[in-house]
Amino acid sequence: MRLTQGTFSFLPDLTDAQIRGQIEYCLRNGWAVSIEYTDDPHPRNTYWEMFGQPMFDIRDAAGIMSELQACRRTFAQHYIKINAFDSSLGRESLRLSFIVGRPDKEPGFALERREAGGRHVQYTTRSYAVERPEGERY
Amino acid sequence: MMDSIANTPANGQARREDPPAQAGAAPQLDLDAAFRDSNIGEVLDKLERELIGLEPVKSRIRDIAALLLVDKLRHSLGLSAGAPSLHMSFTGNPGTGKTTVALRMAEILHRLGYVRKGHLVAVTRDDLVGQYIGHTAPKTREVLKRAMGGVLFIDEAYYLYRPENERDYGQEAIEILLQVMENQREDLVVIFAGYKDRMDTFFRSNPGMSSRVAHHIDFPDYTPGELHAIAGLMLEQMQYRLDSEADTALLEYIERRIRQPHFANARSVRNALDRARLRQASRLFDRRGGVLSKEDLVTIKAADIRASRVFTAAKSVEPGVSDNR
Repeated sequence: MRLTQGTFSFLPDLTDAQIRGQIEYCLRNGWAVSIEYTDDPHPRNTYWEMFGQPMFDIRDAAGIMSELQACRRTFAQHYIKINAFDSSLGRESLRLSFIVGRPDKEPGFALERREAGGRHVQYTTRSYAVERPEGERY
Repeated sequence: MMDSIANTPANGQARREDPPAQAGAAPQLDLDAAFRDSNIGEVLDKLERELIGLEPVKSRIRDIAALLLVDKLRHSLGLSAGAPSLHMSFTGNPGTGKTTVALRMAEILHRLGYVRKGHLVAVTRDDLVGQYIGHTAPKTREVLKRAMGGVLFIDEAYYLYRPENERDYGQEAIEILLQVMENQREDLVVIFAGYKDRMDTFFRSNPGMSSRVAHHIDFPDYTPGELHAIAGLMLEQMQYRLDSEADTALLEYIERRIRQPHFANARSVRNALDRARLRQASRLFDRRGGVLSKEDLVTIKAADIRASRVFTAAKSVEPGVSDNR
């Protein structure tokens, strides 16, 4: 099951040229771009691992692209995303976040039903990947 | 078949209208138009106007500009020789304008489309080399990332290499630099700067570095006349002017200062002017109570310059200046 999250979730994966274009757009707006990866892509997991520091004071996408290539080499079978943080007053939050790397096989999520009081049913999702310990998933 | 049908009339027409052009059957290239479009003339003029002296530097910059312009035209025809290597080394005594030229270089390369953003990141050893094992590589990469799309200016680059300490982390920074200089040539231009003799030693002990730096540019010392002209430009920028006596005094000052130790070319001149401003201010302050005109505020008089230590030290030789200190 192909995981979709973030800004361009309705589009097919961006090519490197398109990613570069998006990064240029972020830099033009003065946003700090950072790279994050995880092997626990549950939609409610907002705490992905940082790959290096968020990159401030960058003028050109080339530096970030080379960092992204390094991340892909290191975590070839992880999910990788690019975030753009807007530090301007009143905003101070992510403006853009999209997936730029994914494992070859994505097992997807299970839907679990738990019966509560009466006939009430609670639903939750669980990633098949997290059945194995960290580092052995994917 | 399709081709011949499509081509015949066009070729025929070309032959009829303009027989000599037919031989190449290629689009006419307009170097003048490319030159105008790049606005490079404007930058080169500015360089000519604002950089006094430095003939070898200017002629090299013109060469590089021409090369890049021709490369652009070749590229438009689909001819490619790969991006030329433009890493440079600027050597010269202090105050000969290495940083200033590097700034200009970033602008020129940007106009010619060689670097994408045209900013200059100026660093020294401290910004590249870490303090413990594993600290250097991320630090150097960080700086390189910031410089991508522009020019990385490494001042006093010879400090990167410390032969007396074989475990010095500078070597690691050099290796990362080399790798990026070679593989990401289109992403950034690295300029090494420093004093001539020490840079020569640096390049001798790092042959890999030397061969990757295509342009070794030497900045000559300025003549007194050039320094005088530079002082004129500086004063213009600071919105001061010299009266005619002060002008002669300044030229005299420069001639004496050159012979003294720790002479740093244009930087010494700037410092001298700053001190003259200081003296001018206190001169005006001493006669407060009177009315000051704008003329008073912008004029530096001979006394402001002749009060310098450079003149008092040589008083015995030059009795004519004894009335000022």
